[in-house]
Amino acid sequence: MKRRPSTGRRAVNLLVTIWAAGSALIGIGILFWIIFVVVSRGLGAVNLPFFTQLPTPPGVLGGGLINAIAGTMVLTCAATLLAVPLGLFAGVYLAEFSEDSKLADFSRFSANVLMGMPSIIVGVFAYTLIVVPLGHFSGYAGALALGILMLPVVTRTTEDMLRLVPNTLRESALALGAPRWKVTLAIVFRAAKSGLITGVLLAVARVSGETAPLLFTALNSPYWFHSLGEPTPNLTVTIFNYAMSPYPDWQQKAWGASLLITAGVLVITLLARFTLREKKL
Amino acid sequence: MMEHVHRQPDMPSYFETLGPRPKISVRNLNFFYGDHQALFDNQLDIAEQKVTAIIGPSGCGKSTHLRIYNRIFELYPEYRATGEVFLDGQNVLDPAQDLMELRRRMGMVFQRPIPFPLTVFENVSFGLRQHYRLNRSEMADRVEAALKGAALWEEVKDRLHRPGTSLSGGQQQRLCIARAIVVEPEVLLMDEPCSAIDPVATMKIEELIKELKSRYTIVIVTHNMQQAQRVSDFTAFFYQGRIIDFGATADIFSKYSLLEEVPAKEQLDALLAQERPDARSLS
Repeated sequence: MKRRPSTGRRAVNLLVTIWAAGSALIGIGILFWIIFVVVSRGLGAVNLPFFTQLPTPPGVLGGGLINAIAGTMVLTCAATLLAVPLGLFAGVYLAEFSEDSKLADFSRFSANVLMGMPSIIVGVFAYTLIVVPLGHFSGYAGALALGILMLPVVTRTTEDMLRLVPNTLRESALALGAPRWKVTLAIVFRAAKSGLITGVLLAVARVSGETAPLLFTALNSPYWFHSLGEPTPNLTVTIFNYAMSPYPDWQQKAWGASLLITAGVLVITLLARFTLREKKL
Repeated sequence: MMEHVHRQPDMPSYFETLGPRPKISVRNLNFFYGDHQALFDNQLDIAEQKVTAIIGPSGCGKSTHLRIYNRIFELYPEYRATGEVFLDGQNVLDPAQDLMELRRRMGMVFQRPIPFPLTVFENVSFGLRQHYRLNRSEMADRVEAALKGAALWEEVKDRLHRPGTSLSGGQQQRLCIARAIVVEPEVLLMDEPCSAIDPVATMKIEELIKELKSRYTIVIVTHNMQQAQRVSDFTAFFYQGRIIDFGATADIFSKYSLLEEVPAKEQLDALLAQERPDARSLS
């Protein structure tokens, strides 16, 4: 048998290795580049008034974005309150009760589609559902849009995490004569706890940087807000508006807001990783 | 061995009129994993407050058989059983059977000790809460009694509020036994309870089984022939989904000197042909 020379294969191997490593480096590099730029440009804008004062009119220096910071938090919390109970129980249905019925296949497919849905379309949906009948923009519509975006993420991670719980655990709880719902909520949930928390945190991270679904719904406002029934200030649309403005002071604040959101998402993601790792120990 | 049991596969009971009362009677039991039939026409009587061992080579349907008694197999929708399993004369495979009550009456201990992700105390009180309304001190008393019954109390009384998973493997298995007996079952189903723990812990569990049989009817699946010989009063011998022999443990083990370890396949096939001429070997 004639042997193939190894030089060519070795060269190809080297080439593919370089290509793969290079691609990975470029991906990581871009992430760090973004973080570097956001930090270096935004750090100057982040000071005490930034967190404590309301925005100033164009041309007036100073002020802060306390209304938008609070607004983003309230919107995200409201969206979480909408999506988490629904998503958790949809995931419970898929993992524990569906026995792979048609309805389960259909909901799982819908969740996957919804996960890939452009967020602006979800915004338009909430606009039609709430903003049009009410006749004005409102935080409720924004929370609904964000909630819809969270729902499939929570549903699918819940299902995946519950499926990781071994059936032997369900068997031993059922064998004691506990009803299925009790086994799920008292035992399986407890076993999957850190995974479930991770799922919720990742969903929160996913929506807290969303801008498009808020453009048609919560809109934005330079004032303090008193309820979600009115246009609600938020960081992402503020970034959009301020970055497009001709005022250097506003542009500076847009960088500061970008830094704040990036840091927030980073912290949430790290928290999620941390909770998941804790489980493995 | 006092009891003399004659194997009469076609009679309604294996026991003579004056023999021990059957707590469980299995009749014409077949089991299917989807299209694959795993048990064939099982007939078996389980004597009250005795230990019945189910032995046989791996994959012969021992655990499958046991897991029908408390209908735990129903967690998997594609699994199916036909025939009857009578508990005190009542067919547990009847769709109208109250599953929660059935499982309270028949506790189960699994191959691997699987503590719930709860504290030692909560592991035991979980089942109790499902079936009884008790105040705090009654609950504590019952949990203590169950842990004592499982010969675990002395080892865990100072760490009742630590996670159940912090115990050693053998302790975890005794925790699972405590968890099962706290609801005051009548039957204990043990599915190879010692297969995942060390020899010292195994001896403790075997001692425990001998104590527990004064209060419970015990069915134990084991692949360890010596263990069956040590702990059981009756032995059912499974092969290829069929019960090829059943009787008092001493009789079974004197009848076949081969049971020191799992016998060779040729011997089993010969036995199968002899005991059940209708059943062809699947090989």
